[in-house]
Amino acid sequence: MQLIFEKSIPERCGVKLPKSDIPAAKSLSAKYLRKVSASLPEVSELDAVRHFTNLSKMNFSIDTNFYPLGSCTMKYNPKFTEKAAATDSFIGLHPLWPQLLKDDYLAQGALEVLYETEKQLCEITGMNAFTMQPLAGAHGELTGAMLMAAYHKAKGDRRKYIIIPDSSHGTNPASAALAGYEVIVIPTDSNGYMNLEEFKKHLNKDVAGVMLTCPNTLGLFNPHIKEISDAAHKVGALMYYDGANLNAIMGKCRPADVGFDIVHLNLHKTFATPHGGGGPGAGPVGVMDDLVEFLPISVVAKDKQGKFYLNYNKPKSIGYIAPFYGNFGVILKTYVYILALGKEGLVAASEAAVLAANYIRVSLKDDYNLPYDKICMHECVFSASKQKEKNGIMALDIAKYLIDSGIHPPTIYFPLIVKEAMMIEPTESESKETLDSFIELMKSIAKLAIDNPQELKDAPKKMPVKRLNETKAARELNLRWQ
Amino acid sequence: MSYISHTKNQEQEMLKAIGLKSKEELFKDIKPELRAKSFNLPEGLSEFEVLTHVNNLAAKNQAQLVNFIGAGFYDHFIPAAVDALASRPEFYTAYTPYQPECSQGWLQAIYEYQTVICQVTDMEAANASMYDGGTALFEATMMALRVTGRNKIIMDSGINMIYRTMMYTYTSNLNIEFIETEVVHGQSNRDEIFKYLDDKTAAVIVQNPNFFGAVDDYSDIVEKAHSLGVLAIMSVYPVSLGMLKTPGEMGADIVTGEGQSLGIPLSFGGPYLGFLATSKKLVRKMPGRIVGATTDKDAKRGFVLTLQAREQHIRREKATSNICSNESLCALRALIYLCLLGKKGLVDLAKLNYDKAEYAKSLLDKIIGVEVKRSSPTFNEFTVCLPKNADEVVNSMYKKGFACGVPLGRFYKDMDNYLLISITEKRTKADIENLAKALEEVLCS
Repeated sequence: MQLIFEKSIPERCGVKLPKSDIPAAKSLSAKYLRKVSASLPEVSELDAVRHFTNLSKMNFSIDTNFYPLGSCTMKYNPKFTEKAAATDSFIGLHPLWPQLLKDDYLAQGALEVLYETEKQLCEITGMNAFTMQPLAGAHGELTGAMLMAAYHKAKGDRRKYIIIPDSSHGTNPASAALAGYEVIVIPTDSNGYMNLEEFKKHLNKDVAGVMLTCPNTLGLFNPHIKEISDAAHKVGALMYYDGANLNAIMGKCRPADVGFDIVHLNLHKTFATPHGGGGPGAGPVGVMDDLVEFLPISVVAKDKQGKFYLNYNKPKSIGYIAPFYGNFGVILKTYVYILALGKEGLVAASEAAVLAANYIRVSLKDDYNLPYDKICMHECVFSASKQKEKNGIMALDIAKYLIDSGIHPPTIYFPLIVKEAMMIEPTESESKETLDSFIELMKSIAKLAIDNPQELKDAPKKMPVKRLNETKAARELNLRWQ
Repeated sequence: MSYISHTKNQEQEMLKAIGLKSKEELFKDIKPELRAKSFNLPEGLSEFEVLTHVNNLAAKNQAQLVNFIGAGFYDHFIPAAVDALASRPEFYTAYTPYQPECSQGWLQAIYEYQTVICQVTDMEAANASMYDGGTALFEATMMALRVTGRNKIIMDSGINMIYRTMMYTYTSNLNIEFIETEVVHGQSNRDEIFKYLDDKTAAVIVQNPNFFGAVDDYSDIVEKAHSLGVLAIMSVYPVSLGMLKTPGEMGADIVTGEGQSLGIPLSFGGPYLGFLATSKKLVRKMPGRIVGATTDKDAKRGFVLTLQAREQHIRREKATSNICSNESLCALRALIYLCLLGKKGLVDLAKLNYDKAEYAKSLLDKIIGVEVKRSSPTFNEFTVCLPKNADEVVNSMYKKGFACGVPLGRFYKDMDNYLLISITEKRTKADIENLAKALEEVLCS
C-alpha cells in the first residue's frame, strides 16, 4: 500500500481549525523561527480515514483472529472498558487538577479510581501497597529493582547482584542492569524449574534480590517456590515477582503468600486492557510493608472525611517514576474489568486459561516435541525440533503457515532455553471450537512437514507481503520516507 | 461476567482429554500451603452497573473549569477522525508487530510516525515511541553516555521540573555527575553552561520553549558543545514547531518530547507519548523499537522491526534500554493528527496558539499590579507576577470557574507570586477576556 506521503496533494488539509477571533500578533524575531515548514502530508479527512482504515485491515488482532501469543495473554478486551475510559470528565482531565488548590482536590473521582484499583490489586496479590505509576511491565521491573536498591541502601547495605533464571523475559536482566545491578543467571533443571542447587550456590549477602516469573515462561508453577523465597530471605535478599503470568493463578495463589516482597503486574495482560499494537500498557508495582516507604511519589491517600488526597510527604521515596499517576486511562479499564468480573470471574478466568492450555498440550504432544511433559499453567511450550531434524522445518516456517491460515503464531524462539520453541497461550477467551480448529491445523502442519515441507517454506502467500528480508532492513537502514 | 464461552459439557470433554476429573487437579502443583490466604473481592457487576458507577465517579471531578493549565501538558482540540481511526480494534487489539506479514498495517503506521516525527523536529531518524517525554529524556541521556563514554551531564533548570525530578530518580543508582544550571530572566544562562562544558561532559540538555514558556535559540550552545565532543539534547513541544526554529536547525543530536499535544487526550496523566529522534550517525545507539522498510521475496516493499539486536529480548542485560511495551497507540494518534493537520495546518495551529497567548498577555498587562514577564519571547505559555500570593489567586479564580494557571511557588522558591498561564486554540477570545476580567476582580477585591 502507498504511504500517506505518497498520497499527498499540495494545499489539501484534513481539519478545519477554529477561526482566529483575535488580532494577529507581531511576529517573533526571525532567529527564533523555523525556516522551512515541516513537510507533513497534505490529505483530506477522507484520504486519511481511508488510508488508516485500510492499514488497520492489514493487521491480525484479537477482534479478528485467534492470537495464542505466549507470554502476552492476548485475551478478549471487553468493549465496555473502552467506553468507561472515554468518559468525558476523565479523558479531558488535566493531571495538575488535584494540585491546583492547596486545601481541596478537584479530581476526587479520578483519585478514587486510583485508590480503589490499588486496593483491588493488593487483595489479588496479597501485597500491602501499590504504586500505580509504572507505565509498562518493564517499567515496573525497573521501579522494583530501584525499590530493592533503596531498601538495601537504607540498611547501609550495598548489594551487587540480582539472580535471574535463564528462562526469564529479557526485560528482567535489562531492568536489573539499568538499576545498577549485575545479573547472575541460574540455569533451568530437567524439570523446567530454576536449578535449586545452582541457585543456593550463588545465594549470598551480596545478592539484592531474586527476580522470578511464576509460573515461569515454560508455563510451569514451581512447587519449591517457598523454599526459594525462604532461602533468599535468610540472606537478606528480596523476592521479586514478574507478574507477566499472573493470569494462571488468580485466586489460587498470591505472590505475597509464597514469600514475594515486590510484584509488578501487567494490566494489559492479566486485566484485559488492550495492547494497542505494542502499548500503552501499565505495570503497577506492589510491595510488602517493609518497602512501602520507598514507593514513588505521589501516593493517593484517604483522609478521615473520606476525601482523597495526594501524599508527597515521603522522605524515603525513590522519587518520580512517571510524570503523574501512571497510565490512568489503562488503570481505569483495569478497575472496571475487575469490578465486572468480581471474585468468581477472576478465578474462572484463570481456571479456563489453564484448562485451555492443557487441552492444547495433550492434544498436540504426539505431533510436536513437548520438552516438559507435565501439567502446565496458562501456557505450554512445544518445540519444532522433531520437524527440524527430520524435515528441515523450523518453528518460523510453522509460524508463517499459521499466518496464511488466519491464526496469529505462538511466540517462537522464546524461552531461549527451548530450541525451536513455540509458546502457546490460548487464554480463557477462546471457545473450544477455536481451540479444536487450531489443534487440527497444527496436526495438519505436522503432517505437511513430512509430506510437503516446501509448502511450509513458501508461506505466507496470502498476506499483503511474503517473507521479508530482515537482513536487508538492518543493513540498508531505511527508517523514514524521503 | 467472565467472557468465557466454555460450556459445562465442553469443560468436561476437555478435562477428559487431559485425563483429569476436575479443574482443581490442574492446580495440583500449588500445594495447600502455597494457596491464597485470602481473595476477598466483591461479586462481579453487570456492565450497566459498572458504567453507572463510572459516571458517578466522573461527576466527582471538577472538570467544568475553563482551563489555562499547561506546564508541559496541553488542552488542544482533537479532531473526531483521530478517535475514530485509533478506535479501530484491528489497531488497538493487536500486539507488538513481531510477525511482520500479518502486521503490515501497524508497521507501516509506525514507519509513517517515525517520518512525521523527523519532519516536525527536522531530524534524520526517530524510534517507534517511548513512554512519555520524561522517560524519553532519560533514555536520551543514557544514549549520550553510551555514545560519548563520558559521565557528566549539564542540565538546564528551564527543563520541566517533573522531568528533572524523574531524571534524578532514574539515575540515582548510576554513576552520573549532574550539573544543573540556572535560568536567568527566563532563559538559559550561557555563561554558566559554557563554564561547565568540557571534554568530560557527555551532554548538555535544554528545553524549548522552557518550563516558563520562554522561547530560545540554542544554536550557540550546540556549537560550543560540539566543539568539545559534547552531545546536545533538546526536549521540545511539538506543536510549537509549527512556528519555532527546529532542534535540527539548531544542530541538536538527540531530540525528545512529550507527544500528548498531538491528538492525545490529557486523561489525567496518561497514557502519553514520548518521542525520540536523532541523527543517522547515532541511530544504532538509539533505544526502543525501530521500524525499517525492506522488501519481500518478490521485491515488494514491506516493513519490519529492525536493529533488534540492540533490544532487551536479544541483548538482555546489555541492551540499549529495558523498554518492551511502548506507546504505539498514542504514536498512531499523533500520526493521524499530524496527517489531518498537514503541512499548513501545523503552521496555522502554531500561529493561532501564539496569537492567542499574545492577546492574553496584552489584556493581563493592563491589570494594575499584574506584570507579564517579557524578558524572553514566548509561544503559547507565559509567566505573570501577581501582586499577591498566586495560590490565593488560583483559589479565588477557581470559585469564578477558572483553572487560571499553575502557581510556581510550589516548584521554585521566591516565586510565590508567579503564575504560569497556557493558552491553546481552544480558548476563545471571550474565554481570554473573561479570564482577564475575573482576575482583575479578584485582585481588586
